[in-house]
Amino acid sequence: MTAQEVRLCGLLLQEHFGDVVEKVGTHLIRSGVLTLRALAHETKLPLDLVKKSLCVLMQHGMCAFGAGRRGPAGPVEYHIICERILHMLRYPRYIYTAKSLYGDTGELIVEEILQRGQMTMSSTVKTVADRLTHNMPEGQSMDYSEVVSAFSRLVETHFLQRCPPLASAESSSSGEVNTPLPAVTKHTEPEDHPECYKLPYINLTGQGKRRRSSEDGEAEQRAAKKAKTDNSERGDEGIYWQVNFQRFHLHFRDQAIINAVSCKLDQTSGEIVRTMLRMSEVTTSAHAAFTQALSANEIFRALPSSYNIARPILDQYLTLLVDDPMEFVGKTGDSGGGMYVVNLHRALANLARATLESVVQERFGSRSARIFRLLLRKRHLEQKQVEDFAMVPAKEAKDMLYTLLSENLVQLQEIPKTPDYAPSRTFYLYTVNQLPTARLLLQRCYKTVGNLIERRLYETKENKRLLEKSQRIEAILASLQATGAEAEQLTEVEEMITAPERQQLESLRHHINKLDSSENQVDETIFLLESYINSTQAPR
Amino acid sequence: MAGRGRGQLTFSVEIVGIGKGENLPPSSVQPTPLFPPLDQKPVPLQTGEEAEYMLALKQEFRGAMKTLPFYIRPAAPKKDVERYSDKYQKIETSDHSLEWKPDWRRFPKELRVREKRPLRDKSPAVPKQPKQPRVDKEEIIRKLETLEQKEEDGSSDEEEGEKKKPQEEEAEGEEEYDEEEFEDETDYIMSYFDNGEEFGGDSDENVDEAIY
Repeated sequence: MTAQEVRLCGLLLQEHFGDVVEKVGTHLIRSGVLTLRALAHETKLPLDLVKKSLCVLMQHGMCAFGAGRRGPAGPVEYHIICERILHMLRYPRYIYTAKSLYGDTGELIVEEILQRGQMTMSSTVKTVADRLTHNMPEGQSMDYSEVVSAFSRLVETHFLQRCPPLASAESSSSGEVNTPLPAVTKHTEPEDHPECYKLPYINLTGQGKRRRSSEDGEAEQRAAKKAKTDNSERGDEGIYWQVNFQRFHLHFRDQAIINAVSCKLDQTSGEIVRTMLRMSEVTTSAHAAFTQALSANEIFRALPSSYNIARPILDQYLTLLVDDPMEFVGKTGDSGGGMYVVNLHRALANLARATLESVVQERFGSRSARIFRLLLRKRHLEQKQVEDFAMVPAKEAKDMLYTLLSENLVQLQEIPKTPDYAPSRTFYLYTVNQLPTARLLLQRCYKTVGNLIERRLYETKENKRLLEKSQRIEAILASLQATGAEAEQLTEVEEMITAPERQQLESLRHHINKLDSSENQVDETIFLLESYINSTQAPR
Repeated sequence: MAGRGRGQLTFSVEIVGIGKGENLPPSSVQPTPLFPPLDQKPVPLQTGEEAEYMLALKQEFRGAMKTLPFYIRPAAPKKDVERYSDKYQKIETSDHSLEWKPDWRRFPKELRVREKRPLRDKSPAVPKQPKQPRVDKEEIIRKLETLEQKEEDGSSDEEEGEKKKPQEEEAEGEEEYDEEEFEDETDYIMSYFDNGEEFGGDSDENVDEAIY
């Protein structure tokens, strides 16, 4: 865990779970693995709060526990899974994707499960139905069966998965206090469990209930208690579902590839690549370097009929895709009219390279970008060669190279002619290594998001008084309108905020929106770079 | 390295590209400014329906998380003195721990938080009531037994009476208390009242003392 990642994790935990969880979480990240007592002692927090924080983190899958170094008889040790905390940046993107694929119902299901960490199917269905009913016009309500079908579709396409069961759940004796715990080092994937995507049989019929505003507090408590007792009757007690982040990431990766192809070539090529990816969804594993080989005949049959592409035109498009220097699609054989694959890892590498080049261009200008691209292509170049190839005058080339060197985007490689490394007799070559540069940029992105969050918190804190005042006035306005007040009273209350204050509020809102939007956008870059770096690592 | 001037470098400067007599930028002796002026303006943010929708999702999600029981607030600082303003400031009750109960089969048992005191005060009242009918049944059974055994052992009766006492103390303590109080329907406890019967008895011994 780098310092920037730890800082960002801390900020995210603080925003979503409060200061206590942030302290516990950051300390646990820094220490690696700790027992409960050690953690409470080192953070100097009351034991109850530490216990609650650990429960919250485990509920959301960010903390895992296992038998400690002393074996199953010793105290339990906890460790944090950092990438799950960093995924919190991407939650809006997951929810939006669910909406675009499965409509409002899918959106609410994914949002509920993300908010709660893990949920049973029956409680999810009930909550989502109630929320949908609340938004519907009076008299209508949402049937449970619709929500169940949306849930089933999400599970069938692997966007939701069951939480992995613990080894302790298998020991049947109830009197045992020391149930066998899974070892800390063993990393069980949820997909190791054979019933990962199996839907439980639940007996759930009914419709969503509309919540009246008058019976707010009590009804919620009663409903919450009722939900707990009802679970046992529904038949899916103990089966919890979580969001399958890996599947969403594969979806984002596919989308990025299709967008790139559409931008570089044209819409039809994008559709062809989309078809190929869709066909190989189930047959390709998550870490595969390329999809399964598909014959041109199969692709032709699977194309959407609305596109009306003739067979010879499809062949031309495929040839074009294969010849493209981006190498998104490769040809692996000639049977069946030609066997084609989508080169996933190479596509990710190209996307990452495009990101790096774009960063250099926006930061340092197009001529620096030209030098950077040149170095990426030609690997090692001397000072003189850079000037010649890039067609940039010597002085400016030097300047740009030194700027890039000081930013660590370009490295200097020494090649000695003599064994004593005499400076007059060594070659000094400039070079760019894509992978380390991508890592560097990824850390910069984490730092950027951290800065954005801190700035947003600072802005909110500066104007806290004003924000509270406006919230109170809104509450007063809402209650007045509910009780049916006259227009005069409403305007009187509205005037409690003066015009300059209104302007200040407006600009504050504008700033905060801008900062939030920036976070979302930086996260897109983070996703691309992370996917590229993960693809270069050997699968565990 | 290059501390003693350009002429004392370990490698020839020409290789790296700096010619003789060229103007190098002055060496900086302070840290770079906090907000350096940018040569290139950054690209504007993406706008559009998708970006705005994701922005709204993000802000709603953040707001929703603050209301859920997973948002743990630090323990309220202990008050040194009770202040008048406490009545008007928001005291956030930590009832959230009651709202969410994790499934303890999936979590280690050591994370279970013991119930707090206000619950403990109520809980003794609950087991008392089921205890009483049980005690009554046991009482009846024991009374029958003691009646049988009364003729046999006078001392064993007392022992059993003592055994009964701690069990029946709680149940009968209130009854005894009630008896004393409600005998004559007065507010005064009967044993405190001296109804003067002993007054006359004392005077028989000492006739010489004056009676007031």
